[in-house]
Formats: sequence, C-alpha cells, structure tokens
Amino acid sequence: MSATSAFLEATVRTATPLLLAAQGELLVERSGLINIGLEGVILMGAFGALAGAGAGGTALGYVAGALAGVLVALVFAFFVLWVRADQIITGTAITVLSLGVTGTLYQMLYGASGASLSIPTSGPLSVPVLARIPMIGSAFFAQPAPTYFAYAVVPLLWWWLHRTHAGLALRALGENASAVEAAGIPVRTMRLGALLAAGALGGLAGATLVIAQAGTFAEGMSAGRGFIAIAIVVLGRWSVGGVVVAALLFGAGSALQFLSQAAGLQLPYQLFLALPYVLTLAALAGVAGRVRAPEALGRVDPA
Amino acid sequence: MIQIGERETRGARLSGRQRRSALTLIVGVVAIGAVFVIVAASHANAGAVLRALWNGSLGSWYALTSGTLVRATPLILTGLATAIAFKAGVFNIGAEGQLLAGAAVAAWVAIATGHTLGAFTPWLAIAGGAVAGALWAGVAALLRARYQVLEVISTILLNFIAVYGVGYLVRGPMQEHLHIYPQTETIIDSAQLPRLSSGSRLHAGFALALVAAIGSWAFLRYTAAGFRLRASGASPSAAQTAGEIDVRRTTTRAFLASGALSGIAGAIEVTGVTYALYENLSPGYGYTAIAVALLARLDPLMVIATAILFGALESGAAAMQRDAGVPSVVASIVEASAVLLVLAAGRVKVGWIVGASRSPALAAPAE
Repeated sequence: MSATSAFLEATVRTATPLLLAAQGELLVERSGLINIGLEGVILMGAFGALAGAGAGGTALGYVAGALAGVLVALVFAFFVLWVRADQIITGTAITVLSLGVTGTLYQMLYGASGASLSIPTSGPLSVPVLARIPMIGSAFFAQPAPTYFAYAVVPLLWWWLHRTHAGLALRALGENASAVEAAGIPVRTMRLGALLAAGALGGLAGATLVIAQAGTFAEGMSAGRGFIAIAIVVLGRWSVGGVVVAALLFGAGSALQFLSQAAGLQLPYQLFLALPYVLTLAALAGVAGRVRAPEALGRVDPA
Repeated sequence: MIQIGERETRGARLSGRQRRSALTLIVGVVAIGAVFVIVAASHANAGAVLRALWNGSLGSWYALTSGTLVRATPLILTGLATAIAFKAGVFNIGAEGQLLAGAAVAAWVAIATGHTLGAFTPWLAIAGGAVAGALWAGVAALLRARYQVLEVISTILLNFIAVYGVGYLVRGPMQEHLHIYPQTETIIDSAQLPRLSSGSRLHAGFALALVAAIGSWAFLRYTAAGFRLRASGASPSAAQTAGEIDVRRTTTRAFLASGALSGIAGAIEVTGVTYALYENLSPGYGYTAIAVALLARLDPLMVIATAILFGALESGAAAMQRDAGVPSVVASIVEASAVLLVLAAGRVKVGWIVGASRSPALAAPAE
C-alpha cells in the first residue's frame, strides 16, 4: 500500500466514528439543543459494545453500543426537556458520569489491571469493483461495516431534513421554537426524537471504536471525540454535506502523522493532534467565512 | 446565548439564600452517601472500603492537611474561576486549559529564575501563571466579543490544545536535561512554595486560595464593578439599557479574571505540589470545578466548603483504590450525581434554575 492510500485509508477510518456522532449532533443542534454530553454517549456506547460483543458477537455489540448511547441520551433528555436544567451543565455532568460509570464497571467486571480482552471484531469488507479503483478504492470501499452504515446515514439524513415535513419542522425548531409550538407541532417530542437518534448514532460511534478499530475497551477511550464531533458540526456549518467534509478534514488531520512519518519528517505528533482544534477555532472566528448557528441554539425554548 | 441567572428579591433574600445553600449541601451529602453505600454494598468488604475512605480524607490530621486540603486548593481556585464566569453570564468551561497554561508558564518562570531569585520565585511564577491563564481565556473571550463564538465550544477546544501543548513542551523544548521522562526539570527546593507547617504537605497556596475566595466575595458584594458583573450576567439587556453598563467589556473582564484564577491554580500546583510540569498534572480539576461552583450556588465563600468536600472525596477515593481496590473513578460518579441532583432539586423544590430560566427577560437574546 502506498503512503497516499495508507493516508486516505487512515483518514476514512478515523473519520467514521466522528461522522456518525457528528451527524447525530447535527440533528440535535438543528432542533435548537446542544448536547455537550456527546462525549459520554460515545464512551457508554463503547462500553456497551464491549459487553454486547463479548456476549453475542459483533452484531449484538453494535446494537448494545447504540442502546447504551440511547440510554445516556435519555438521561440528558430527561434533565433538559422535563427538568429544564441547563444543557451545558447537564451535558458536562453526563460526560463526567459516563467516565465514572464505565471506569468503575470496567475495573469491577474485568479486573483492576484492565487485562487485554479478546472480543470478536469486524474486519474490513471489500466492495466488489469499487474497492479496486486506484488510490481511493481501498480507502473508501475496503472498510469495516460502520463506515458503510455512515455512507447510508448521510443521504438519508439529508433527505429527511430537507424533503420531509418533519425535517422542516425540526429545522424550524432550531430557529424559532415558539413559532413551531404555535403551529401545533409537539416540540418536546421532536427534540426527544432528535436526542435519541443522536444517542444511537453516538453509541454506534463508540461501538465502532471498540469493535471495528481497537478490538478492546480502555477507560476514557472516547478521548475527546464527542467534543471533536461538536466542533465538526460547527465547522460543517450545520449542514449535512458540510459535516461530511469537516469529518474527513479531522480524519485527515489525525492521519497526517502517518504521512509525515512516511516522509521521515521529525515533527512532534502533538502538533497533528492539536491541529484539528486550532483549525476549528480559526473557522469559528470566521477565517473560512462567517459561520451562522441555528438562531435558537442552546437557548431554552420559551414554553 | 446561555446565561446563569439568579433571581433575588431584596426582602426574602437572606433566608431564601440560606435555605437554598442548606438544600444544596444536603443534596450533595445525600448523593455522596448514596453512591458510597452502593459501592460498599457491591464490594466484599464494605467496612474496609469505608474505613479507607475515611482514613484517606478526614481520618487524621495528616490526611486532612496533606490529602484533602492540598487537593481542595486548586478546586477552590478553579471553582472561583467558574463561579465568577458563570455569574457574569460567561460559560467558561475551559478552567482545565487555563490551569495548564498557568502551570506551563509558572514552571518555566520557576526553573528559569529559581537559582537567582530564591524564595521570591514561586510568587513570580504565580503571577506569570495568572497572566498565562488570563491570556488563554482571552482567546475565547476575544472570539466571543468579536465574533460571537459560543465560549462553550471554544473553551473546550482550548482545553485540548493546552493538553497537547503541554505534551509537546515536556517532550520538546522544556524536557528535563536527560531527555528520558516527559516532564520538566524539578524546581529546586529554595524556589518552591513554602509549607504551612513542617509535618504536612500543605503549602502556602492554600492560604492564597482562601484569600482569593474572600476577595472575590467582597468584590462581588461590595464593589460597583462586582455589581456590574452580576447585573451583566443576570440580564444583559437590562444592564445595558437601564443600567448603562458596558456589558461586553464587563463580561470580557470577568472572563479574563476567571482565566487568571485558573492560571494561579496551575501555578500553585507546579510550585507547591508537583514541582515539575508534566502532562497529567491535573486530574480534571478544571472539570470538577463546575461541580464545585454549582454546588456552592456560585457563592465564593461556599466554594471553599464545596471544594474541601470534593477534595476530601477525591483524596478518600484515592485511598480507597490504594487500600481496598475500589476504582477511584467512582468519585466521578459522585460528582456528576451531585450536579444532576442539584439541577433536579433546583427546579423542583426551590425554583432555582441555572441558565435555563423560565423568566422571559433571561431567555431573551443577548443583544
């Protein structure tokens, strides 16, 4: 494999969980909420996947991961939609809670040493014909199952958001919730739906880390991906296509270190790890054009 | 824009405030108690777990001063930083990054000047840390003031950049001279923060944190600038129109002050506890700070109490892991549960709501 196709392969591999989580967060943010607890959703998804895959194979692992993500999203939804607690504080608390719960359970169930576990993993699946396209074929079409799932989610989400009445209502919700409420649309139910769907996608992102990439679980293995996904939504300017591009950009940023190693450059790897965050800050500041958030983002509905 | 609002009515203020504080404390204690009962119950030797928790936190003078209060020191300062920012309506959750920025600059100052300035060094390092923390927060403050960038997102991004920045420094330009360990040189004895008493690890930074808390309390309560800060946070539009307050300038200053406090926390850790800069310097003090500030209802004096509570919790949890094999991350569950319970209780029982106020004035757009 040449350095370029290795770089592209690493880009897509790193981008997959980010893309899944970010598409979910996009849905949430277009409904006017912001779930800072996404980091916790991913982490719990990863732990759920570990338990599920260990008990009944990779398919059960993905399902368990998604369900664990939904569970965390449900806690967030309860506090934000029913208790009407502050979203940022709830989200932060949920991330800390997930760190604690997964860390404690992991050490209690699998021993304090955290011995390496062998769970069934899902390897790359080559798509006939497409995988043989020079350069990009193996990068995009010889990936584990979650990548193809992400390919399917993107057009589906776009179609739902932009071509259905429910999608229109959800987008309106992010701009002016009281207008939507006045139109007789159940605001809370829509937001709950968005949060739970995002929980499933975030949980799946965590499951991807465990089943399709690491092959094991480690404490805090989400390593900030939830926050990166939130940044990706901003960088992608709250559009489905933009989020895809931004996720690939973050993937490429992380994969750059492979390229620099191949080229024999002695650049510190922290530089590459920090690069996506710096890029997003620059993008937020309007270097890459003004970014416009949904009007009501993070503000609580006046109802 | 998200704001922290605290609605106060003059007449019933004192008793209401005391009632809310008492409720918070009860909620916190109940949360902590409940989780530990669960942990102890699921563990074979519950007595040993609870004994380790007690011995490691409050059980002896040494544990209290060298464990609990040493851990409480950065929590007081970052808790104050969070409380002041939230009071001003600034959602600074970047205390972790600002702490690391302060620690990095303090380590640099202390190593560079330790041999020439001696006992004066740590205080210069703390000043340097304050400036660094303020500058690190200043990036987010600038983005907020000029480009309306949500500080929630920018401060989290800056936290990650700070972690990788420190990772780079301790493996690159600031690595110790043997180039083996990912850390800086150790700060020489004469340039370290003095101990408060000889038999304990408690350092002068704790006293400084107490002074900062009392100072913040007096500032918020008795000065015009403190009033402007509270007014800007409670209702920016009212402060701007009725109070003729320059809200943007006020919130930016509060943001910088918040960063400076976290920077001081980092500087104190380096000069008083670790004596060197390394990546895992902070076990998440900047995130625990949010729980500390919320449980204290953003009251600077209450921050002292809640920081000591969480300091005891973390110190005890470390002992639990050491002596009874219970994962110390269980402390995170306690912290998070306490915050969630405060959120729930605030809504249901006393109507004290963080940010998510139902009051139309607070929910209105910031401009």
